Amino acid sequence: MTTTLIQLAYLIAAVLFILGLRNLSSPKTASLGNAMAAVGMLIAIVATLLYQEVVDYGMVIAGILVGSVIGLVAARRVAMTDMPQMVALLNGFGGAASTLVAGAEVIGRISTDQPPTGVVPIAVVLSVLIGGITLTGSLVAFAKLQELMTGSPIQYPGQQFINAAIALGTLALCVLLVMSPLDVGLLAAVAGAALLLGVLLVIPIGGADMPVVIALLNSYSGLAACATGFVLDNSALVISGSLVGASGLILTKIMCDAMNRSLGNVLFGAFGAQTEQAVVGGEDQGTATAYTPLDAAVIFSNAQSVVVVPGYGMAVAQAQHAVRELTDSLAESGIEVNFAIHPVAGRMPGHMNVLLAEADVPYDRLIEMDEINPQFPETDVVLVLGANDVVNPAAREDESSPIYGMPVLEVDKATHVFVIKRSMNPGFAGIQNPLFFKDNTMMIFGDAKKVVIELNDAIKNY
Amino acid sequence: MLEAPAIAALTILVLALFVGVEVISKVPPLLHTPLMSGSNAISGITIVGAILAAGAEHAALAKWLGFAAIVFAMINVVGGFLVTNRMLAMFKPKDRKAD
Repeated sequence: MTTTLIQLAYLIAAVLFILGLRNLSSPKTASLGNAMAAVGMLIAIVATLLYQEVVDYGMVIAGILVGSVIGLVAARRVAMTDMPQMVALLNGFGGAASTLVAGAEVIGRISTDQPPTGVVPIAVVLSVLIGGITLTGSLVAFAKLQELMTGSPIQYPGQQFINAAIALGTLALCVLLVMSPLDVGLLAAVAGAALLLGVLLVIPIGGADMPVVIALLNSYSGLAACATGFVLDNSALVISGSLVGASGLILTKIMCDAMNRSLGNVLFGAFGAQTEQAVVGGEDQGTATAYTPLDAAVIFSNAQSVVVVPGYGMAVAQAQHAVRELTDSLAESGIEVNFAIHPVAGRMPGHMNVLLAEADVPYDRLIEMDEINPQFPETDVVLVLGANDVVNPAAREDESSPIYGMPVLEVDKATHVFVIKRSMNPGFAGIQNPLFFKDNTMMIFGDAKKVVIELNDAIKNY
Repeated sequence: MLEAPAIAALTILVLALFVGVEVISKVPPLLHTPLMSGSNAISGITIVGAILAAGAEHAALAKWLGFAAIVFAMINVVGGFLVTNRMLAMFKPKDRKAD
Protein backbone atom coordinates (compact mmCIF):
# COMPACT_ATOMS: atom_id res chain seq x y z
CA MET A 1 0.00 0.00 0.00
CA THR A 2 2.63 2.47 1.10
CA THR A 3 4.79 1.51 -1.87
CA THR A 4 1.93 2.27 -4.26
CA LEU A 5 1.42 5.69 -2.67
CA ILE A 6 5.14 6.41 -2.91
CA GLN A 7 5.13 5.45 -6.59
CA LEU A 8 2.18 7.77 -7.18
CA ALA A 9 4.02 10.56 -5.37
CA TYR A 10 6.97 10.02 -7.75
CA LEU A 11 4.58 10.28 -10.70
CA ILE A 12 3.25 13.61 -9.38
CA ALA A 13 6.85 14.80 -8.92
CA ALA A 14 7.69 13.83 -12.52
CA VAL A 15 4.63 15.70 -13.83
CA LEU A 16 5.66 18.77 -11.83
CA PHE A 17 9.18 18.57 -13.30
CA ILE A 18 7.79 18.46 -16.85
CA LEU A 19 5.34 21.32 -16.21
CA GLY A 20 8.11 23.28 -14.52
CA LEU A 21 10.43 22.91 -17.50
CA ARG A 22 7.58 23.84 -19.84
CA ASN A 23 7.01 27.06 -17.91
CA LEU A 24 10.67 27.95 -18.48
CA SER A 25 9.74 28.68 -22.10
CA SER A 26 8.71 32.24 -21.18
CA PRO A 27 10.34 34.69 -18.77
CA LYS A 28 6.86 35.54 -17.46
CA THR A 29 6.16 32.03 -16.20
CA ALA A 30 9.73 30.86 -15.57
CA SER A 31 9.78 31.63 -11.82
CA LEU A 32 6.54 29.70 -11.39
CA GLY A 33 8.04 26.80 -13.34
CA ASN A 34 11.10 26.70 -11.11
CA ALA A 35 8.87 26.71 -8.03
CA MET A 36 6.79 23.85 -9.45
CA ALA A 37 9.91 21.75 -10.04
CA ALA A 38 11.09 22.51 -6.49
CA VAL A 39 7.73 21.36 -5.06
CA GLY A 40 8.03 18.19 -7.15
CA MET A 41 11.43 17.56 -5.59
CA LEU A 42 10.05 18.12 -2.08
CA ILE A 43 7.26 15.61 -2.75
CA ALA A 44 9.78 13.04 -4.04
CA ILE A 45 12.03 13.48 -0.98
CA VAL A 46 9.18 13.21 1.55
CA ALA A 47 7.76 10.15 -0.23
CA THR A 48 11.16 8.44 -0.13
CA LEU A 49 11.43 9.01 3.62
CA LEU A 50 8.23 6.96 3.99
CA TYR A 51 9.77 3.79 2.50
CA GLN A 52 9.78 1.08 5.13
CA GLU A 53 13.35 0.16 4.16
CA VAL A 54 14.42 3.55 5.48
CA VAL A 55 15.00 2.92 9.19
CA ASP A 56 18.02 5.04 10.08
CA TYR A 57 16.78 8.60 9.93
CA GLY A 58 19.70 10.16 11.82
CA MET A 59 22.13 9.82 8.94
CA VAL A 60 19.54 10.82 6.34
CA ILE A 61 18.45 13.97 8.14
CA ALA A 62 22.07 14.92 8.89
CA GLY A 63 22.98 14.57 5.19
CA ILE A 64 19.96 16.60 4.09
CA LEU A 65 20.80 19.38 6.56
CA VAL A 66 24.49 19.57 5.63
CA GLY A 67 23.75 19.57 1.90
CA SER A 68 20.94 22.11 2.22
CA VAL A 69 23.04 24.57 4.21
CA ILE A 70 25.94 24.35 1.75
CA GLY A 71 23.54 24.74 -1.20
CA LEU A 72 21.76 27.67 0.44
CA VAL A 73 24.94 29.57 1.26
CA ALA A 74 26.45 28.92 -2.18
CA ALA A 75 23.29 30.04 -4.01
CA ARG A 76 23.03 33.23 -1.93
CA ARG A 77 26.68 34.20 -2.09
CA VAL A 78 27.63 33.47 -5.70
CA ALA A 79 28.10 36.56 -7.87
CA MET A 80 26.26 36.60 -11.18
CA THR A 81 29.59 36.90 -12.99
CA ASP A 82 30.62 33.60 -11.39
CA MET A 83 27.53 31.76 -12.60
CA PRO A 84 29.38 29.59 -15.19
CA GLN A 85 31.59 28.19 -12.42
CA MET A 86 28.58 27.64 -10.16
CA VAL A 87 26.69 25.72 -12.85
CA ALA A 88 29.80 23.65 -13.61
CA LEU A 89 30.22 22.76 -9.94
CA LEU A 90 26.56 21.81 -9.51
CA ASN A 91 26.76 19.53 -12.57
CA GLY A 92 29.76 17.83 -11.00
CA PHE A 93 28.00 17.27 -7.67
CA GLY A 94 25.06 15.68 -9.47
CA GLY A 95 27.46 13.24 -11.12
CA ALA A 96 29.18 12.52 -7.79
CA ALA A 97 25.85 11.69 -6.14
CA SER A 98 24.94 9.20 -8.88
CA THR A 99 28.31 7.45 -8.69
CA LEU A 100 28.09 7.19 -4.90
CA VAL A 101 24.55 5.79 -4.98
CA ALA A 102 25.55 3.11 -7.49
CA GLY A 103 28.59 2.26 -5.34
CA ALA A 104 26.47 2.07 -2.19
CA GLU A 105 24.04 -0.26 -3.96
CA VAL A 106 26.82 -2.66 -4.93
CA ILE A 107 28.35 -2.67 -1.43
CA GLY A 108 24.91 -3.13 0.13
CA ARG A 109 24.30 -6.12 -2.15
CA ILE A 110 27.65 -7.63 -1.16
CA SER A 111 26.78 -7.41 2.54
CA THR A 112 23.43 -9.16 1.96
CA ASP A 113 24.90 -11.46 -0.74
CA GLN A 114 22.35 -10.56 -3.42
CA PRO A 115 24.10 -10.43 -6.81
CA PRO A 116 22.39 -8.01 -9.21
CA THR A 117 20.58 -9.51 -12.18
CA GLY A 118 19.31 -8.43 -15.59
CA VAL A 119 20.31 -4.95 -16.70
CA VAL A 120 21.39 -3.85 -13.20
CA PRO A 121 25.12 -4.65 -13.62
CA ILE A 122 25.22 -2.63 -16.87
CA ALA A 123 23.35 0.22 -15.20
CA VAL A 124 25.80 0.21 -12.26
CA VAL A 125 28.75 0.48 -14.64
CA LEU A 126 27.10 3.30 -16.61
CA SER A 127 26.21 5.35 -13.57
CA VAL A 128 29.69 4.99 -12.02
CA LEU A 129 31.32 5.80 -15.36
CA ILE A 130 29.15 8.76 -16.42
CA GLY A 131 28.93 10.11 -12.87
CA GLY A 132 32.71 9.95 -12.42
CA ILE A 133 33.45 11.67 -15.74
CA THR A 134 30.87 14.34 -14.89
CA LEU A 135 32.46 14.99 -11.49
CA THR A 136 36.08 15.53 -12.53
CA GLY A 137 35.18 17.01 -15.93
CA SER A 138 33.10 19.63 -14.11
CA LEU A 139 35.85 20.27 -11.58
CA VAL A 140 38.33 20.96 -14.41
CA ALA A 141 35.76 23.22 -16.12
CA PHE A 142 35.31 24.99 -12.77
CA ALA A 143 39.08 25.42 -12.35
CA LYS A 144 39.38 26.85 -15.87
CA LEU A 145 36.48 29.29 -15.38
CA GLN A 146 37.69 30.32 -11.93
CA GLU A 147 41.15 30.81 -13.47
CA LEU A 148 42.73 28.38 -11.03
CA MET A 149 44.32 26.92 -14.16
CA THR A 150 44.93 28.17 -17.69
CA GLY A 151 41.89 28.59 -19.90
CA SER A 152 43.87 27.60 -22.99
CA PRO A 153 43.80 24.02 -24.21
CA ILE A 154 46.38 21.81 -22.47
CA GLN A 155 48.09 19.53 -24.96
CA TYR A 156 50.98 17.09 -24.89
CA PRO A 157 52.53 14.77 -27.48
CA GLY A 158 50.47 11.67 -28.18
CA GLN A 159 47.48 13.06 -26.29
CA GLN A 160 44.82 11.56 -28.58
CA PHE A 161 46.60 8.21 -28.51
CA ILE A 162 46.96 8.19 -24.72
CA ASN A 163 43.32 9.20 -24.24
CA ALA A 164 42.18 6.50 -26.67
CA ALA A 165 44.28 3.89 -24.84
CA ILE A 166 42.85 4.92 -21.46
CA ALA A 167 39.31 4.90 -22.89
CA LEU A 168 39.83 1.38 -24.22
CA GLY A 169 41.28 0.23 -20.91
CA THR A 170 38.27 1.72 -19.11
CA LEU A 171 35.94 -0.09 -21.48
CA ALA A 172 37.69 -3.39 -20.68
CA LEU A 173 37.32 -2.74 -16.93
CA CYS A 174 33.63 -1.97 -17.48
CA VAL A 175 33.06 -5.27 -19.28
CA LEU A 176 34.82 -7.14 -16.45
CA LEU A 177 32.68 -5.37 -13.86
CA VAL A 178 29.47 -6.28 -15.72
CA MET A 179 30.58 -9.93 -15.64
CA SER A 180 31.46 -9.92 -11.91
CA PRO A 181 29.31 -7.11 -10.50
CA LEU A 182 30.13 -7.74 -6.84
CA ASP A 183 33.90 -7.24 -7.22
CA VAL A 184 34.73 -4.16 -5.13
CA GLY A 185 38.24 -3.87 -6.56
CA LEU A 186 36.88 -3.67 -10.10
CA LEU A 187 34.23 -1.17 -8.99
CA ALA A 188 36.93 1.07 -7.54
CA ALA A 189 39.04 0.66 -10.69
CA VAL A 190 36.15 1.72 -12.95
CA ALA A 191 35.43 4.68 -10.69
CA GLY A 192 39.11 5.70 -10.74
CA ALA A 193 39.30 5.36 -14.52
CA ALA A 194 36.14 7.47 -14.93
CA LEU A 195 37.59 10.21 -12.69
CA LEU A 196 40.81 10.21 -14.73
CA LEU A 197 38.92 10.30 -18.04
CA GLY A 198 36.88 13.30 -16.88
CA VAL A 199 40.09 15.28 -16.34
CA LEU A 200 41.75 14.16 -19.58
CA LEU A 201 38.69 14.90 -21.70
CA VAL A 202 38.23 18.49 -20.50
CA ILE A 203 41.83 19.80 -20.19
CA PRO A 204 42.36 19.99 -24.01
CA ILE A 205 39.24 22.14 -24.46
CA GLY A 206 39.74 25.92 -24.70
CA GLY A 207 37.90 28.62 -22.77
CA ALA A 208 35.83 29.78 -25.74
CA ASP A 209 34.37 26.28 -26.10
CA MET A 210 33.19 26.19 -22.48
CA PRO A 211 29.49 26.74 -23.38
CA VAL A 212 29.52 23.37 -25.15
CA VAL A 213 31.36 21.63 -22.32
CA ILE A 214 29.02 22.95 -19.64
CA ALA A 215 25.93 21.99 -21.64
CA LEU A 216 27.35 18.52 -22.25
CA LEU A 217 28.25 17.98 -18.58
CA ASN A 218 24.73 19.15 -17.73
CA SER A 219 23.44 16.38 -19.95
CA TYR A 220 25.80 13.82 -18.37
CA SER A 221 24.59 14.67 -14.87
CA GLY A 222 21.08 13.80 -16.05
CA LEU A 223 22.13 10.61 -17.82
CA ALA A 224 24.02 9.47 -14.71
CA ALA A 225 20.85 9.94 -12.63
CA CYS A 226 18.95 8.03 -15.30
CA ALA A 227 21.39 5.09 -15.12
CA THR A 228 21.07 5.12 -11.34
CA GLY A 229 17.31 4.85 -11.87
CA PHE A 230 17.89 1.54 -13.68
CA VAL A 231 20.14 0.36 -10.83
CA LEU A 232 17.40 1.00 -8.26
CA ASP A 233 14.49 0.22 -10.61
CA ASN A 234 13.11 3.64 -9.76
CA SER A 235 11.02 5.41 -12.39
CA ALA A 236 11.36 8.85 -10.75
CA LEU A 237 15.09 8.79 -11.43
CA VAL A 238 14.66 7.44 -14.95
CA ILE A 239 12.13 10.13 -15.94
CA SER A 240 13.92 13.09 -14.33
CA GLY A 241 17.34 11.92 -15.46
CA SER A 242 16.27 11.59 -19.06
CA LEU A 243 14.55 15.01 -19.01
CA VAL A 244 17.81 16.60 -17.89
CA GLY A 245 19.82 14.47 -20.30
CA ALA A 246 17.63 15.62 -23.19
CA SER A 247 17.86 19.24 -22.05
CA GLY A 248 21.66 19.15 -21.94
CA LEU A 249 21.89 17.44 -25.32
CA ILE A 250 19.66 20.06 -26.97
CA LEU A 251 21.73 22.88 -25.49
CA THR A 252 24.91 21.13 -26.64
CA LYS A 253 23.55 20.90 -30.18
CA ILE A 254 22.46 24.56 -30.17
CA MET A 255 25.94 25.63 -29.01
CA CYS A 256 27.70 23.48 -31.63
CA ASP A 257 25.41 24.78 -34.40
CA ALA A 258 26.11 28.34 -33.28
CA MET A 259 29.82 27.68 -33.89
CA ASN A 260 29.23 25.62 -37.06
CA ARG A 261 31.33 22.83 -35.56
CA SER A 262 30.66 19.21 -34.75
CA LEU A 263 30.68 18.00 -31.16
CA GLY A 264 33.72 15.85 -32.00
CA ASN A 265 35.61 18.90 -33.26
CA VAL A 266 34.82 20.84 -30.08
CA LEU A 267 35.83 17.97 -27.79
CA PHE A 268 38.99 16.88 -29.59
CA GLY A 269 39.92 19.80 -31.85
CA ALA A 270 41.83 21.77 -29.16
CA PHE A 271 40.50 24.97 -30.75
CA GLY A 272 42.54 28.00 -29.77
CA ALA A 273 45.72 26.05 -29.02
CA GLN A 274 47.69 28.16 -31.49
CA THR A 275 46.89 31.45 -29.74
CA GLU A 276 50.45 32.13 -28.71
CA GLN A 277 52.12 31.20 -31.98
CA ALA A 278 50.61 31.80 -35.38
CA VAL A 279 47.77 34.22 -35.83
CA VAL A 280 45.69 32.94 -38.71
CA GLY A 281 45.19 35.45 -41.52
CA GLY A 282 46.98 38.25 -39.76
CA GLU A 283 48.95 39.80 -42.62
CA ASP A 284 48.11 42.63 -44.97
CA GLN A 285 45.05 43.70 -43.08
CA GLY A 286 45.94 47.39 -43.16
CA THR A 287 46.00 49.32 -39.95
CA ALA A 288 43.42 49.60 -37.22
CA THR A 289 42.75 53.11 -35.99
CA ALA A 290 42.60 53.95 -32.32
CA TYR A 291 40.09 56.51 -31.08
CA THR A 292 39.24 57.99 -27.70
CA PRO A 293 35.93 57.95 -25.84
CA LEU A 294 35.63 61.67 -26.66
CA ASP A 295 35.70 60.94 -30.40
CA ALA A 296 33.08 58.27 -29.88
CA ALA A 297 30.82 60.58 -27.89
CA VAL A 298 30.40 62.84 -30.92
CA ILE A 299 29.22 59.97 -33.10
CA PHE A 300 27.02 58.41 -30.41
CA SER A 301 25.31 61.75 -29.77
CA ASN A 302 24.36 62.06 -33.43
CA ALA A 303 23.05 58.48 -33.68
CA GLN A 304 19.43 57.42 -33.73
CA SER A 305 19.93 53.71 -33.23
CA VAL A 306 22.64 51.94 -31.24
CA VAL A 307 23.24 48.21 -30.86
CA VAL A 308 25.52 46.90 -28.12
CA VAL A 309 27.22 43.53 -28.69
CA PRO A 310 28.46 42.09 -25.39
CA GLY A 311 30.99 39.26 -25.11
CA TYR A 312 33.09 37.51 -22.49
CA GLY A 313 35.20 40.68 -22.10
CA MET A 314 32.18 42.43 -20.59
CA ALA A 315 31.89 39.67 -17.99
CA VAL A 316 35.61 39.77 -17.18
CA ALA A 317 35.57 43.56 -16.72
CA GLN A 318 32.25 43.32 -14.82
CA ALA A 319 31.10 46.14 -17.09
CA GLN A 320 27.39 45.24 -17.23
CA HIS A 321 26.27 47.94 -14.77
CA ALA A 322 28.36 50.60 -16.51
CA VAL A 323 26.82 49.51 -19.81
CA ARG A 324 23.36 49.82 -18.36
CA GLU A 325 24.14 53.41 -17.29
CA LEU A 326 25.50 54.22 -20.73
CA THR A 327 22.42 52.86 -22.47
CA ASP A 328 20.21 54.78 -20.01
CA SER A 329 21.93 58.04 -21.00
CA LEU A 330 21.50 57.20 -24.67
CA ALA A 331 17.85 56.30 -24.19
CA GLU A 332 17.24 59.58 -22.36
CA SER A 333 18.51 61.41 -25.47
CA GLY A 334 15.90 59.54 -27.50
CA ILE A 335 18.34 57.06 -29.04
CA GLU A 336 17.02 53.54 -29.56
CA VAL A 337 19.34 51.02 -27.88
CA ASN A 338 19.25 47.25 -28.28
CA PHE A 339 21.58 44.40 -27.36
CA ALA A 340 22.61 41.73 -29.85
CA ILE A 341 23.17 38.36 -28.18
CA HIS A 342 25.13 35.62 -29.93
CA PRO A 343 24.26 32.12 -28.64
CA VAL A 344 27.87 31.31 -27.67
CA ALA A 345 28.86 34.75 -26.33
CA GLY A 346 30.43 34.18 -22.92
CA ARG A 347 31.28 30.96 -21.16
CA MET A 348 27.94 29.20 -20.86
CA PRO A 349 24.61 29.14 -22.69
CA GLY A 350 22.69 32.34 -21.88
CA HIS A 351 25.63 33.93 -20.04
CA MET A 352 25.16 37.47 -21.45
CA ASN A 353 21.42 37.46 -20.79
CA VAL A 354 21.95 36.71 -17.10
CA LEU A 355 24.58 39.43 -16.67
CA LEU A 356 22.48 42.08 -18.41
CA ALA A 357 19.38 41.04 -16.48
CA GLU A 358 21.40 41.49 -13.29
CA ALA A 359 22.20 45.05 -14.43
CA ASP A 360 18.45 45.66 -14.86
CA VAL A 361 18.44 45.70 -18.65
CA PRO A 362 14.88 44.69 -19.62
CA TYR A 363 14.87 41.38 -21.49
CA ASP A 364 12.89 42.72 -24.46
CA ARG A 365 16.03 44.71 -25.35
CA LEU A 366 18.09 41.52 -25.63
CA ILE A 367 17.73 40.48 -29.26
CA GLU A 368 18.77 37.10 -30.69
CA MET A 369 21.17 36.86 -33.61
CA ASP A 370 18.71 35.83 -36.33
CA GLU A 371 16.36 38.62 -35.41
CA ILE A 372 18.89 41.44 -35.20
CA ASN A 373 21.15 40.59 -38.15
CA PRO A 374 18.78 42.07 -40.77
CA GLN A 375 18.68 45.30 -38.71
CA PHE A 376 22.41 46.08 -38.80
CA PRO A 377 22.37 47.92 -42.18
CA GLU A 378 19.91 50.42 -40.65
CA THR A 379 21.88 50.77 -37.41
CA ASP A 380 23.90 53.97 -36.90
CA VAL A 381 26.35 52.79 -34.27
CA VAL A 382 27.36 49.35 -33.02
CA LEU A 383 29.35 49.05 -29.78
CA VAL A 384 31.29 45.79 -29.59
CA LEU A 385 32.17 45.18 -25.98
CA GLY A 386 34.59 42.37 -25.26
CA ALA A 387 33.26 40.24 -28.11
CA ASN A 388 35.53 39.05 -30.91
CA ASP A 389 34.93 35.81 -32.80
CA VAL A 390 31.13 36.22 -32.75
CA VAL A 391 31.44 39.46 -34.80
CA ASN A 392 34.24 38.28 -37.12
CA PRO A 393 33.28 38.91 -40.78
CA ALA A 394 35.90 36.32 -41.84
CA ALA A 395 33.30 33.71 -40.88
CA ARG A 396 31.22 34.95 -43.83
CA GLU A 397 33.90 36.11 -46.27
CA ASP A 398 37.14 34.16 -45.86
CA GLU A 399 36.87 30.50 -46.84
CA SER A 400 40.35 29.81 -45.46
CA SER A 401 39.40 31.03 -41.98
CA PRO A 402 39.07 28.33 -39.30
CA ILE A 403 35.72 29.81 -38.31
CA TYR A 404 34.39 30.08 -41.88
CA GLY A 405 30.69 29.17 -41.89
CA MET A 406 30.07 30.05 -38.24
CA PRO A 407 26.94 32.21 -37.94
CA VAL A 408 28.08 35.65 -36.73
CA LEU A 409 26.57 39.02 -35.85
CA GLU A 410 26.94 41.11 -39.02
CA VAL A 411 27.98 44.28 -37.21
CA ASP A 412 30.24 45.50 -40.04
CA LYS A 413 27.07 46.36 -42.01
CA ALA A 414 26.27 49.19 -39.59
CA THR A 415 27.32 52.78 -40.37
CA HIS A 416 29.84 53.00 -37.52
CA VAL A 417 31.35 50.25 -35.40
CA PHE A 418 33.18 50.91 -32.14
CA VAL A 419 35.20 48.05 -30.74
CA ILE A 420 36.32 48.27 -27.12
CA LYS A 421 39.22 45.92 -26.58
CA ARG A 422 42.22 45.68 -24.31
CA SER A 423 44.72 45.30 -27.14
CA MET A 424 45.00 44.05 -30.70
CA ASN A 425 45.56 40.49 -29.48
CA PRO A 426 43.27 38.04 -31.24
CA GLY A 427 40.51 36.30 -29.28
CA PHE A 428 40.56 32.88 -27.68
CA ALA A 429 40.34 31.12 -31.01
CA GLY A 430 43.55 32.87 -32.07
CA ILE A 431 41.98 34.13 -35.28
CA GLN A 432 42.63 37.64 -36.58
CA ASN A 433 39.52 39.74 -36.96
CA PRO A 434 39.25 41.77 -40.23
CA LEU A 435 36.47 43.80 -38.59
CA PHE A 436 39.12 45.79 -36.72
CA PHE A 437 40.63 46.97 -39.99
CA LYS A 438 37.47 48.02 -41.81
CA ASP A 439 36.98 51.68 -42.74
CA ASN A 440 33.86 52.06 -40.62
CA THR A 441 35.46 50.46 -37.55
CA MET A 442 36.98 52.53 -34.76
CA MET A 443 38.97 50.87 -32.01
CA ILE A 444 39.01 52.14 -28.43
CA PHE A 445 41.67 50.39 -26.38
CA GLY A 446 41.31 49.87 -22.65
CA ASP A 447 39.42 48.06 -19.93
CA ALA A 448 35.78 47.64 -21.00
CA LYS A 449 34.32 49.07 -17.80
CA LYS A 450 36.65 52.06 -17.69
CA VAL A 451 36.07 52.95 -21.33
CA VAL A 452 32.28 52.65 -21.01
CA ILE A 453 32.28 54.97 -17.97
CA GLU A 454 34.47 57.51 -19.80
CA LEU A 455 32.25 57.27 -22.85
CA ASN A 456 29.16 57.85 -20.75
CA ASP A 457 30.72 60.94 -19.10
CA ALA A 458 31.77 62.27 -22.49
CA ILE A 459 28.26 61.82 -23.90
CA LYS A 460 26.67 63.52 -20.89
CA ASN A 461 29.02 66.51 -21.25
CA TYR A 462 28.72 66.70 -25.00
CA MET B 1 16.52 -11.43 -22.82
CA LEU B 2 15.40 -8.40 -20.80
CA GLU B 3 13.08 -8.77 -17.83
CA ALA B 4 9.71 -7.00 -17.72
CA PRO B 5 10.78 -4.28 -15.22
CA ALA B 6 13.79 -3.40 -17.37
CA ILE B 7 11.57 -3.14 -20.47
CA ALA B 8 9.17 -0.90 -18.55
CA ALA B 9 12.04 1.32 -17.39
CA LEU B 10 13.45 1.47 -20.92
CA THR B 11 10.01 2.45 -22.26
CA ILE B 12 9.79 5.23 -19.67
CA LEU B 13 13.30 6.39 -20.60
CA VAL B 14 12.55 6.67 -24.31
CA LEU B 15 9.21 8.41 -23.78
CA ALA B 16 10.74 10.83 -21.26
CA LEU B 17 13.52 11.69 -23.72
CA PHE B 18 10.90 12.62 -26.31
CA VAL B 19 8.99 14.72 -23.77
CA GLY B 20 12.25 16.39 -22.76
CA VAL B 21 13.19 17.28 -26.32
CA GLU B 22 9.68 18.65 -27.04
CA VAL B 23 9.49 20.73 -23.87
CA ILE B 24 13.03 22.07 -23.87
CA SER B 25 13.14 23.00 -27.57
CA LYS B 26 10.65 25.74 -26.69
CA VAL B 27 12.95 27.42 -24.14
CA PRO B 28 14.37 30.64 -25.67
CA PRO B 29 18.14 31.38 -25.57
CA LEU B 30 17.31 34.19 -23.14
CA LEU B 31 16.64 31.57 -20.47
CA HIS B 32 19.32 29.01 -21.31
CA THR B 33 21.28 29.59 -18.10
CA PRO B 34 18.27 29.25 -15.77
CA LEU B 35 17.27 26.19 -17.81
CA MET B 36 20.65 24.62 -17.09
CA SER B 37 20.71 25.41 -13.40
CA GLY B 38 17.03 24.45 -13.00
CA SER B 39 17.36 21.16 -14.87
CA ASN B 40 20.51 20.51 -12.88
CA ALA B 41 18.49 20.83 -9.68
CA ILE B 42 16.08 18.27 -11.13
CA SER B 43 18.97 15.87 -11.75
CA GLY B 44 19.43 16.05 -7.97
CA ILE B 45 16.57 13.50 -7.95
CA THR B 46 19.40 11.05 -7.22
CA ILE B 47 18.63 12.16 -3.64
CA VAL B 48 15.92 9.47 -3.71
CA GLY B 49 18.50 6.73 -4.24
CA ALA B 50 20.85 8.38 -1.76
CA ILE B 51 18.23 8.37 1.00
CA LEU B 52 17.53 4.68 0.40
CA ALA B 53 21.26 3.90 0.54
CA ALA B 54 21.92 5.86 3.74
CA GLY B 55 18.69 4.94 5.54
CA ALA B 56 18.54 1.20 4.95
CA GLU B 57 19.87 -1.44 7.32
CA HIS B 58 23.00 -2.77 5.60
CA ALA B 59 26.80 -2.44 5.40
CA ALA B 60 28.22 0.62 7.16
CA LEU B 61 30.33 1.58 4.13
CA ALA B 62 27.21 1.57 1.93
CA LYS B 63 25.48 3.86 4.42
CA TRP B 64 28.40 6.29 4.45
CA LEU B 65 28.51 6.38 0.66
CA GLY B 66 24.77 7.07 0.82
CA PHE B 67 25.37 9.88 3.30
CA ALA B 68 27.95 11.50 1.00
CA ALA B 69 25.52 11.09 -1.91
CA ILE B 70 22.77 12.84 0.10
CA VAL B 71 25.08 15.79 0.78
CA PHE B 72 26.06 16.16 -2.89
CA ALA B 73 22.53 15.67 -4.19
CA MET B 74 21.11 18.13 -1.66
CA ILE B 75 23.66 20.82 -2.62
CA ASN B 76 22.53 20.20 -6.17
CA VAL B 77 18.83 20.46 -5.32
CA VAL B 78 18.89 23.41 -2.91
CA GLY B 79 21.70 25.31 -4.65
CA GLY B 80 20.20 24.67 -8.09
CA PHE B 81 16.64 25.76 -7.36
CA LEU B 82 17.67 28.80 -5.29
CA VAL B 83 20.21 30.11 -7.77
CA THR B 84 17.71 29.61 -10.60
CA ASN B 85 15.14 31.53 -8.60
CA ARG B 86 17.65 34.32 -8.01
CA MET B 87 18.40 34.59 -11.71
CA LEU B 88 14.78 34.47 -12.83
CA ALA B 89 13.86 37.24 -10.40
CA MET B 90 16.21 39.53 -12.36
CA PHE B 91 14.52 39.06 -15.73
CA LYS B 92 12.15 42.00 -16.05
CA PRO B 93 10.02 42.75 -19.08
CA LYS B 94 9.82 46.54 -19.23
CA ASP B 95 12.15 49.42 -18.68
CA ARG B 96 10.95 50.74 -15.33
CA LYS B 97 12.46 54.15 -15.89
CA ALA B 98 10.64 54.53 -19.18
CA ASP B 99 7.27 53.67 -17.64
